[in-house]
Amino acid sequence: MTARRIAVVGAGMAAARLASQVLVRDAGAEITLFGDEPQAPYNRALLADVLTGRFAPDAVRLPTGGARVRTGCEVVDVDVAGRTLRLADGTAAGYDTLVFATGSNPVLPPIRNLHCTSNTGEGGELKQGVHAFRTLADGSRLAAAVPEARRAVVVGGGVLGVSAARALAARGLPVEVVHQAPYLMERHLDEAAGDALRRALGALGVEVYAENRAKSLFGTDRAEGVALANGYRLDADLVVLACGVRPRVGLARAAGVEVGTGIVVDDRLATSAPDVFAIGDCTEHRGSVHGLAGAAWEQADVLADRLCGGGAVYSGSRTFARLTAGPVEVAAFGDVDAVPGLHDVIRLADPTRGSYKKLVLHGDRLVGGILVGDLATVGALTHAYERDEAVPEDPLHLLIAQGAPQ
Amino acid sequence: MTRTVEAAPQEQRAAVTETHCPYCALQCGMGLASGGVGLRVVERPEFPVNRGALCGKGRTAAEVLRAGVRLSAPLVRGADGVLREAGWDEALDRVAAGLSGVQARFGRDAAGVFGGGGLTNEKAYLLGKFARIALRTKNIDYNGRFCMSSAAAAHRKAFGIDRGLPFPLADVAGTGCAIVVGSNLADTMPPALRYLTELRDNGGSLVVVDPRRTRTAEQATLHLQPVPGTDLALALGLLHLVIAGGYVDEEFVAARTSGFEAARAAAMAHWPELVERITGVPVPSMRRAVELFAGAASGMVLTARGPEQQSKGTDTVGAWINLCLATGKAGRRYSGYGCLTGQGNGQGGREHGQKADQLPGYRSLVDPADRAHVAGVWGVDPEELPGPGLSAYELLDALGSEVRGLLVMGSNPVVSAPRAAHVTERLESLDFLAVCDVVLSETALLADVVLPSAQWAEETGTTTNLEGRVILRQAAVKPPPGVRTDLETLHGLAARLGRPAGFPVEPEAVFAELRAATAGAQADYAGISYERIRREDGVFWPCPAEDHAGTPRLFLDRFATPDGRARFAEVAHRPAAELPDAEYPLYLTTGRVLAQYQSGAQTRRVAELNRAAPGPFVEVHPLLARRLGVAEGDALAVTSRRGRAVAPARVTEAIRPDTVFMPFHWGGEGRANSLTNPALDPTSRMPEFKVCAVRVERAEAEAGAPVAAAAAAAGSAL
Repeated sequence: MTARRIAVVGAGMAAARLASQVLVRDAGAEITLFGDEPQAPYNRALLADVLTGRFAPDAVRLPTGGARVRTGCEVVDVDVAGRTLRLADGTAAGYDTLVFATGSNPVLPPIRNLHCTSNTGEGGELKQGVHAFRTLADGSRLAAAVPEARRAVVVGGGVLGVSAARALAARGLPVEVVHQAPYLMERHLDEAAGDALRRALGALGVEVYAENRAKSLFGTDRAEGVALANGYRLDADLVVLACGVRPRVGLARAAGVEVGTGIVVDDRLATSAPDVFAIGDCTEHRGSVHGLAGAAWEQADVLADRLCGGGAVYSGSRTFARLTAGPVEVAAFGDVDAVPGLHDVIRLADPTRGSYKKLVLHGDRLVGGILVGDLATVGALTHAYERDEAVPEDPLHLLIAQGAPQ
Repeated sequence: MTRTVEAAPQEQRAAVTETHCPYCALQCGMGLASGGVGLRVVERPEFPVNRGALCGKGRTAAEVLRAGVRLSAPLVRGADGVLREAGWDEALDRVAAGLSGVQARFGRDAAGVFGGGGLTNEKAYLLGKFARIALRTKNIDYNGRFCMSSAAAAHRKAFGIDRGLPFPLADVAGTGCAIVVGSNLADTMPPALRYLTELRDNGGSLVVVDPRRTRTAEQATLHLQPVPGTDLALALGLLHLVIAGGYVDEEFVAARTSGFEAARAAAMAHWPELVERITGVPVPSMRRAVELFAGAASGMVLTARGPEQQSKGTDTVGAWINLCLATGKAGRRYSGYGCLTGQGNGQGGREHGQKADQLPGYRSLVDPADRAHVAGVWGVDPEELPGPGLSAYELLDALGSEVRGLLVMGSNPVVSAPRAAHVTERLESLDFLAVCDVVLSETALLADVVLPSAQWAEETGTTTNLEGRVILRQAAVKPPPGVRTDLETLHGLAARLGRPAGFPVEPEAVFAELRAATAGAQADYAGISYERIRREDGVFWPCPAEDHAGTPRLFLDRFATPDGRARFAEVAHRPAAELPDAEYPLYLTTGRVLAQYQSGAQTRRVAELNRAAPGPFVEVHPLLARRLGVAEGDALAVTSRRGRAVAPARVTEAIRPDTVFMPFHWGGEGRANSLTNPALDPTSRMPEFKVCAVRVERAEAEAGAPVAAAAAAAGSAL
């Protein structure tokens, strides 16, 4: 039983899963989510679907098991010793157990002239037409801006940037992606896979400028185009910034909780402060910052069990990137860059069907893998990787679907 | 009715008794022809459910009537610990004294009753009555708890009533898309397969969800092969795609359901890429399933033990029902959710008072009006009726402590209960155990008194098949000397416990009382008579009056909830109670084979069936077999936290490489249920038969001899 007050700072996906799983185990638990966004918890992984219009913004709400959710309620200070939260409205709230689920913030790229320049100069509001892509409000604003827009540029070719680009293309806009690395999703893919993805996006009307950097924006109060470092100019009245995220750790750091890149947690998801825990994108566990919904979910389940008296342990999540962008399907996991002499590599490419598959093996263990286009064996592969199972002597089994139709 | 027909062209005219198969919930119509030596099973083509078709079990059913395989006199354990034959009076005296003895010492609830889903409605009804007013114990439950209790609970939550199928089975052939979840009906109820074949011939599609590529899955348009214990997530992921694809039937949801908002939120929490990672089912396959199901004009979801026998079985079934509700595929012709009930009278057996919390007709043991009605029929004060008792596994687990004496009727928990070695120990710790059965089952071997029962074909009684169709099994022969019907046994025991009246031995008299007890209840049999059943090829309940036609199709106008709306379930995925880890790295899932039935107490005594399925085995994928260094037929030891089983390997690509499968029909060394996990569903109290973590290795040499023989037999059989 959890006859204590649990306060969760943050009301995102990790917080919602935690609340629902605590309340499944203990219907009487007193758990409150403090969220600074105006909406009830929603599924951030579905922002691209909000952008395409597949889901209305209020349709991506997540269950919280009936937990108390205080929306638009920013926590401005945490008194760990006094077990009290101070809120932006000047009030305070006590707790017995605290959970940081503050998530992450988008990284603003070093692009000159991002902000309005007519009155405030640099540091003011983003120019009209320039959008972050992190919150539901971002997604809704962007969706609303599409009908008036003629051309879009997405800055960043990671998972988020690619899904935003595809969603904008699905709405009928010509889209260009500016990406600093030599190929798309370089943290998860190799060059051949990045190229296969680029070709697939090209068929949808998305142009990719790799190994390019957005240097500055044209326009005073309204974005008119993007200047690239190589001197090109891309006209655009819609600019989406998708340059990654970093953990939101300000509150925790100010409260004296140990912070590295993220809030440092152990296998119990406990922080350095007594009765203070952390889950989700804001955490750093055994040196890893995940920033993935799957990891947040796993952490939430472990902590729910522990808060209800269980003995679950979090031993880390393996990294997965999974992108479904309309007809474009990509799955990638682990380390996909083979070390010659140490790793074995298996590749299957079928350019006519747009598929590319690669496995990296160390002995009989999967080190990493990529599937683009044909995902028939994704389940078997990711399970073998996740559970660190020995692979068959003929690992082609893992790349070619067998048996009954799936 | 006995009538004279042409049994087979080349044979003489024989007297044929119209009856039904003794095995599964399909309750196929069959005839028993007398003349010559013993009875012969003949086709009964006019009966609508199976239209004459029978599987090998049904065809050979008359074998279990043979004298050689069954008990012919009561057995009583002597002071020397050995079971010896005894007269009925002595045996019944011993049972009455044994049960009332523990009650005198430890209280009324110290006597327990464990029934079965194979008992006729009349027996199930009278057994419940016996527990409540002759023994006056709260502790009665039955093996049906291990069968369909999760589907029953989900049915009640969603629709307000629990009937396996809300439509005749033949409707399946007319639907646009059927999703069959965790059922291998091609093996478990073969005559039903024709409806799936007809469905496809009619242009419909079939989606099969099963971790194994079963013979049923091979018939499918699309086979989804999830990790065991993840079908709840799969259903939520499909609902997500239904919503994303704009497939929600908004009109239906608004007019005929409640709770969609919460169900939609749950689906949002299970987006396809996450569900792919949990289940291993690729997103494109999920999308295809949704196109097939939601894109069809009508659709059905049929579940069986796969999704139900889990510690989250009720929620899992609820998630599949949600899929029907969101797409408007319920409460309409050729659409809806149904449970493919397993045991012969799994449906009727759960309606009439064997369940720990229920009285006949699904009346509730805690509802004052329900108690008063049944007490009135039974002629007792409602105050005399006990309250709800322990559920099946909890009851078995309490043997030797809270429960000290037990009467088992028509069940073999030594083989069929989860964590069976523990259950066996509990049975052995009892002060007194009596077993009524046809054969000397593994459980009967432990008893102080064994009472030989008449069986199918030797007694008349009704069962209720998976469709909710009440049918009549008619006696074709007299029981052998020394054998009594269970109704006679209960009559004799009740009399010894001070209830000489109220326990008729005539089935039709018991049925008349059952009709009165269920009048006005959900499972209302008031208008059903033996005569009507004979005339009408069965009658579907509810049937409140003799001039009521019965109810083949439920919910066409309204659901059976107080407001008439079906209710969405608010559910979320959670992992199985036990997951593979370093020590126990594989999933075990359990199930059935074509030629055996349940604990095998009947079918293992039929030579033809034993030739087809001689013993247990462990299905392993070739990749796993190679890793383990084992070949077809090698003896494998399968170990879980609860026990160990040894059986020969059967290497097949039909199983996932991370999973092994064992059928559960056998006791002894190859007993699958030595391994299974008794983690219970919080609502239905269903144990988690379908998933636990095991380790598999070559069996040690000392176990080699008998296993090698079994392996050879298995290898030669298939």
